[in-house]
Amino acid sequence: MLNISEPFQNKAKLISRRMFVLSAIQMSVFTIIVLRLFYLQISENLKYRSLSDRNRLREWKTVPRRGIIRDYFGTQIADNTQVFQLHMIPEDVKNLENVFFKLSRIIDFNDAKRKSLIKRIKKRKAWEPVIVSDNLTWPEFSRLNLFLHEIEGVKPVVSMARKYLNDGSSPHILGYVADTSVKDLKDNEFLREINVPGLKTGKNGLEKSLNNMIIGKPGLQRFEVNAYGKRIKELKFIEGKPGKDFKTTLDYEVQKFSTEQLKDRSGAVCVMDIYTGDIISLVSVPTYDPNKFVLGITNKEWQELITDSKKPLINKSIAGLYPPGSTIKPIVALSALENDIVNTKFAVECRGSIEKYGQIYHCWKEKGHGYMNLRSAIKQSCDVYFYEVARRLGIDRLAETCKKFGLGEKVLENFFEEKKGVVPNTEWKLKNIGKNWFIGETLISGIGQGYFQSTPLQLCLMISQLANGGHKIKPRIIDDKYAVQSTINAWRDEFVSRANNSNSTNTTLPKLYDNKENIKFALDALYGATNEPRGTSYRSRLTKPEYVYAGKTGTSQVRTISQEERELKLKTHDIEYQKRDHSLFVAFAPYKKPRYGISVVIEHGGAGSAVAAPIAKKIIKKVLDRHKLRSKYQLDLYQDI
Amino acid sequence: MLSRNFISGRISFLDKVLSLDYFLIFLILLLGIISFFAMYSTESGNFSYYTKSHIYRFSVFFLLFILLSFFKIQFWKKNSYIFYTFVLSLLICVYFFGVTSSGSKRWINLFIFNLQPSELMKISLIVFLARYYSKRPTHTVSKFTSLLIPLIALIIPVFLVLNQPDLGTALLIAIGGLIVIWLAGVKIKYFMFSIVTLVCSLPLVIAFLKPYQKLRILTFLNPERDPLGAGYQIIQSKIAIGSGGFFGKGFLQGSQSYLDYLPEKHTDFIFTLFSEEFGFIGSVLLLVIYILIIYKIISIGNSSKDNFAKLFCFGFAASFFVYVTVNMMMVLGLLPIVGAPLPVMSYGGSSMLSIMIGFAIVMSSKITKS
Repeated sequence: MLNISEPFQNKAKLISRRMFVLSAIQMSVFTIIVLRLFYLQISENLKYRSLSDRNRLREWKTVPRRGIIRDYFGTQIADNTQVFQLHMIPEDVKNLENVFFKLSRIIDFNDAKRKSLIKRIKKRKAWEPVIVSDNLTWPEFSRLNLFLHEIEGVKPVVSMARKYLNDGSSPHILGYVADTSVKDLKDNEFLREINVPGLKTGKNGLEKSLNNMIIGKPGLQRFEVNAYGKRIKELKFIEGKPGKDFKTTLDYEVQKFSTEQLKDRSGAVCVMDIYTGDIISLVSVPTYDPNKFVLGITNKEWQELITDSKKPLINKSIAGLYPPGSTIKPIVALSALENDIVNTKFAVECRGSIEKYGQIYHCWKEKGHGYMNLRSAIKQSCDVYFYEVARRLGIDRLAETCKKFGLGEKVLENFFEEKKGVVPNTEWKLKNIGKNWFIGETLISGIGQGYFQSTPLQLCLMISQLANGGHKIKPRIIDDKYAVQSTINAWRDEFVSRANNSNSTNTTLPKLYDNKENIKFALDALYGATNEPRGTSYRSRLTKPEYVYAGKTGTSQVRTISQEERELKLKTHDIEYQKRDHSLFVAFAPYKKPRYGISVVIEHGGAGSAVAAPIAKKIIKKVLDRHKLRSKYQLDLYQDI
Repeated sequence: MLSRNFISGRISFLDKVLSLDYFLIFLILLLGIISFFAMYSTESGNFSYYTKSHIYRFSVFFLLFILLSFFKIQFWKKNSYIFYTFVLSLLICVYFFGVTSSGSKRWINLFIFNLQPSELMKISLIVFLARYYSKRPTHTVSKFTSLLIPLIALIIPVFLVLNQPDLGTALLIAIGGLIVIWLAGVKIKYFMFSIVTLVCSLPLVIAFLKPYQKLRILTFLNPERDPLGAGYQIIQSKIAIGSGGFFGKGFLQGSQSYLDYLPEKHTDFIFTLFSEEFGFIGSVLLLVIYILIIYKIISIGNSSKDNFAKLFCFGFAASFFVYVTVNMMMVLGLLPIVGAPLPVMSYGGSSMLSIMIGFAIVMSSKITKS
């Protein structure tokens, strides 16, 4: 008995000993588990909590309503309209091809759309909605709603889209919106912050320069979603803020009218209030339909637009560069007078050409003008006279005056497409071309040729600042009542002092002249150019007293005319389109009580007097006709000026 | 008379009732109640199928446990080989007539419920080995002849289960068996040799692993390699546990679970759900309950004078420990994901039955010794 129980006793001890070892192992494993729990739940808690929230919470941003752009009279030139869209949440779709097939039966969904959609789906997160179709017709939309239960993962949405008045009168100045691109996001931090799928952004024109204010603030919906992406409950809803509405100084009627006048041509028209700088019209032709960009332009249409030799996409009024030609002559005359180079009696005999420094410089009038003084030289636009004036004045002094009047620098703010143009001087040439200035170049600069480059808006500003008596103005498109008040008050003071004929210059308006008489002289010469026989725009004059205006034609050469060609006496329509002269005209109206400045540029239109002036005449009449209505919309402050 | 002999033995029924380990019963009941709440939470606070079924199973098997506790320990000892043979034959039945679900053939259809014999094998192997070694003197156990039978008894079911395929259960069966063999006094050097052999043959083993098993091991080593595929479970489980924090998100507030980010939350990942909702404090408390249960079983084994009872208690305690820790370490990302339920907490009848039989044998050794 003892023999048997002895080993058993030992065995029990052995088992217990081994169990003790096991227990030690157990305790250490439990310790590891507790430490692991501590690490995950306490040390790393923050990390896992945020990961859990990232699982659990999903945010949807809602596209804000874009601000409306109105003209001066309240016409909504850029509005929003209801569109019917179809969205899809890819992760809810089990079988894409199946859904595509069903969709193709219900809506216009072809192979090209299918491919682009698949491409977009791949780029996005599976739970982010993609837009399958952004502009469904009502029948499509209602049919879709009818069959909705058969198609998984898609959602019909009523959304807003930009809508422009599509007579094509203002696409350039307004610009257009389109899908936000990667580049847009890179360039604009604000956009990065608020970006939402389906958000449209301004690509150019006002839409771009006002973008950050007009776009609004997207709303936010925060949902709790389950592992399959299904929304379980809404946790938070922040309503978006619609974008700011803007009122412009533009007159939509004038925009339309100007566009019609320039039909089938290529060029630009600018009309401006010479006191406040309000831009009444800013037109560039040919135009295009900006609405096409909103919902995605087709490749074919896009190709047509960018290959058109008349460059419809470019806003020629601020981005088209033209030599100012003879339109600059009043400024040349003013510069010469201000610098005491010549007086108004200074006479030059024009024989149709002049030889200087071994080179023949031609006047536009082959037979010559005969003896000219400063006034008649402006009136008849005598080139030979201005060669001489420029020669005596020198390019640097001329350039200074031109810059004062707004040439060579941007007129507007925040228009990335606007061009600066060129006002050449000796320094400029050395810096940009690397050569010394030739005296011969001064001569052709005197008639606004050579290196001179200006935009139609600059020319309009130039004539406006001359017409208002030689004061600097700040052109504006967005109407801001408060900002304009100080300008109006300053003008009011100016008029009071003018009425009193006092020479005291206590006005706060920046002055662009030294002697008031010089400005008066230039304006009077311009009167002659339009309203006296032999004036270059005499044929385009308006005779009714209230319409009488004064203006200066310009014909700017786009190439050097050879001697042979000169002898051939080619007519404009005989010359190849691309080689024809640009036709320019600047004017202010009415002459007696000036209010508006205008510039018209017709690309390759021929002589200024023949093409641009007659068009300008009609537009001036239209603008003056609308003046009464416009003044009703203006503050009382305006009435005095 | 017969029943009297088996059920009450020499001592009176009342004595038996009094000598039950009430603390252990309390702990098991507590665990059961916690599991009801956890199960209720897996269904997002709906008292529906899983919760009902879990409560029903727990109640039935708990009563069975109490009933079986009154059996004398000699009953188990006598019938241990029969028990083992019976479960083994069930496993063979599975091989031929088993019910296949999600790619593996593990169940026998008993019409009332599907029985998973591999779970029962966990306990019956321990019973078998405890019985086998209980009478063998220490110096003989390391002999080749006396090692042969236990190894065969271990390898046959392990291979049958591996073949289902069910790596997790097979491993748990093997580990449970090996622990008993070790406790019985087999020389440590044998274990050393086998470990060396295993490590050497590891490449061969890997070659035989199923692709999904290889994937699991790779995923364990780096869950981020396929966050939406194979690594999904473990990543989501860690997020759930980690986001629980110290106090947890609160009962029924576990977003990872009620939003279905958590896979298999009823079964293998029930601890994750519990840990998310009750936090560090809750998890540690649950762990303490398990430790106390293990401690209770060991102490019953310690005070038992019968070698069979001792071996079984220790073997069962060690296996129970392995079940608990393997499951927890798995969901905590410390071990690869192998199917291993958390005793009592996880949904699953066979596992519950097996554990309750184990508790019953432990309890009967307590009663018998007094």
